[in-house]
Amino acid sequence: MSDTKTFVYMNRKAPYGTVYALESLEVVLIGAAFEQNVKLVFMDDGVYQLTKNQDTDGIGMKNFSKTYSALGDYDVNQIYVCEQSLKDRGLTLDDLQELTYEDEDDDWAEKSSIHLVSRDQIAEIVGSADVLLNF
Amino acid sequence: MKFAIQVNEGPFTHQASDTAYQFTKAALENGHEIFRVFFYHDGVNNGTYFGVPPIDDRNVQQQWSELAEKHDLDLVVCVAAAQRRGIMDEDESKRHGKGTSNIAPGFRISGLGQLIEAGIQADRLLVFGD
Repeated sequence: MSDTKTFVYMNRKAPYGTVYALESLEVVLIGAAFEQNVKLVFMDDGVYQLTKNQDTDGIGMKNFSKTYSALGDYDVNQIYVCEQSLKDRGLTLDDLQELTYEDEDDDWAEKSSIHLVSRDQIAEIVGSADVLLNF
Repeated sequence: MKFAIQVNEGPFTHQASDTAYQFTKAALENGHEIFRVFFYHDGVNNGTYFGVPPIDDRNVQQQWSELAEKHDLDLVVCVAAAQRRGIMDEDESKRHGKGTSNIAPGFRISGLGQLIEAGIQADRLLVFGD
């Protein structure tokens, strides 16, 4: 496929309670095969999707949080987390999983995929989208 | 312009499918192209043939089916979302031993790649529903 577009996935809901977080991840993983420019934004309750040590035993839901760590292998490495949303929920970067990728332009150095961003920066990311998918 | 449509809500509870239908119809009548309509999440419920709404209400599925027949529309139901919610064509039904299928005329079952392709090929991807 010669066309390359920028796909922005907005993730704004908690990982459990609704199906949207899981379905978003499904689309991102399938979409990775199309070799597009992919950006993931996590804001509002969506920041909970990336928290580490998730335990779903008590609610009977599938814990899919480990799947996020595979994103780097799919060349999905532009992950933007709203700093204010973390702060509003008493969370910091340390509460999130480490998501990394190997940078082929830098001798395969392992780098973090996560970037903390302001709401203004999120507006810019949304503005850069050819295709915007909200979850 | 070439549009792709994504429908995320089932019929009747939300108006999203109706609005998507009205938009699609108006776009086609005004000479635009609809690359594909993709039904995701509860939106797959628009594709069941077994809905029988009261006679004085609109039949959302039938509206889509008729529009598809008239304009040769590509109505795609996400396979994983459909399996969860019991929307099946004959092949799927046989594979899962269900004995009957319920996909409505004009709808077909396929994967999420169809949504991504629609996003790439269309000038605009419009999403209806949460």
